[in-house]
Amino acid sequence: MASHPLAPGESSSSNPPDSPPAPGWQGIASDWASDKEVFKQVPWGKAMMWIFLLSDTFIFTCFLTGYMSVRMTITTAWPNPSEVFALTIAGQEIPLILIAIMTFVLISSSGTMAMAVNFAYRRERAKTAALMLATAALGVTFVGMQAFEWTKLIAEGVRPWGNPMGAAQFGASFFMITGFHGLHVSIGALYLGIVALKVMRGDYERSGNYQNVEIAGLYWHFVDLVWVFIFAFFYLW
Amino acid sequence: MAHAQGQQHPISLYLKIWGLLFVLSTLSYLVDYFHFHGYLRWSLIITFMLLKAGLIVSIFMHMAWERLTMVYAILLPPLCLLVLVGLMATEADYVFLSRVISFGQ
Repeated sequence: MASHPLAPGESSSSNPPDSPPAPGWQGIASDWASDKEVFKQVPWGKAMMWIFLLSDTFIFTCFLTGYMSVRMTITTAWPNPSEVFALTIAGQEIPLILIAIMTFVLISSSGTMAMAVNFAYRRERAKTAALMLATAALGVTFVGMQAFEWTKLIAEGVRPWGNPMGAAQFGASFFMITGFHGLHVSIGALYLGIVALKVMRGDYERSGNYQNVEIAGLYWHFVDLVWVFIFAFFYLW
Repeated sequence: MAHAQGQQHPISLYLKIWGLLFVLSTLSYLVDYFHFHGYLRWSLIITFMLLKAGLIVSIFMHMAWERLTMVYAILLPPLCLLVLVGLMATEADYVFLSRVISFGQ
């Protein structure tokens, strides 16, 4: 990249690839206009992860929009999530408590992941791997609680085509949205485990580039981000 | 070079954001716990949701420090989704009527 021959009329100082961007729209225009790679200074792996996450945003929003359409157009009452997801702890029914705990678990996993990325760039391998494994463990805990929630609802007779509490579409929306999110968390835990293994093995120490930890982190934070929206629209609304 | 090598911020920043996310999650849980209703409930839910999403994207995902070209390339396309949401919402009463007429529920 750095040693490519200069085209006629191109001066080496006009737009070197590692120049800081001009402020605001001017910088954006010159980044897109230079007829070379657009995302300067952004490693391709990170740019690709962001573009994947963008496509995932569209998928999840389509699910949530479908859920919104159903909920706005049903002719029977929607089951009250506050009651459906309540748990009886010590003889007292606490609304939505499992979902709240799941939220805190996932946010904590995002916190440990952010710190893992930080330690990775400081080349503290042991701390990085430990924090990543902690993140994956929290993710597995989350999926475990989700499995518990699914089991409870299935035992109560919730099915994708109907349920005893109200609108039939509740089950379809619930299983589709939380199932797809749970799948993302499961794959993410696996992904983090693999990257943590590579950190411990010293792969990134040899290549001198810990970017992959940050890229894995992007995926993990996105999973947390999606949960923020599911929590707001599906459980709280 | 420090920037090209990757994002480097003090750990305390992440801990602060973590704490803030905990507080915001607790607040949104309390919206349900105290049985707020109607527009108060919806506006509180959306406010806390957007604040949490903003903190995660800008700080945890480092969007705040990315080059503007990247930021706009990623954050602008989802605005299309608002159009989809708007379309589906405006169609909702038509679908509702169709359900009533065709299924007689």
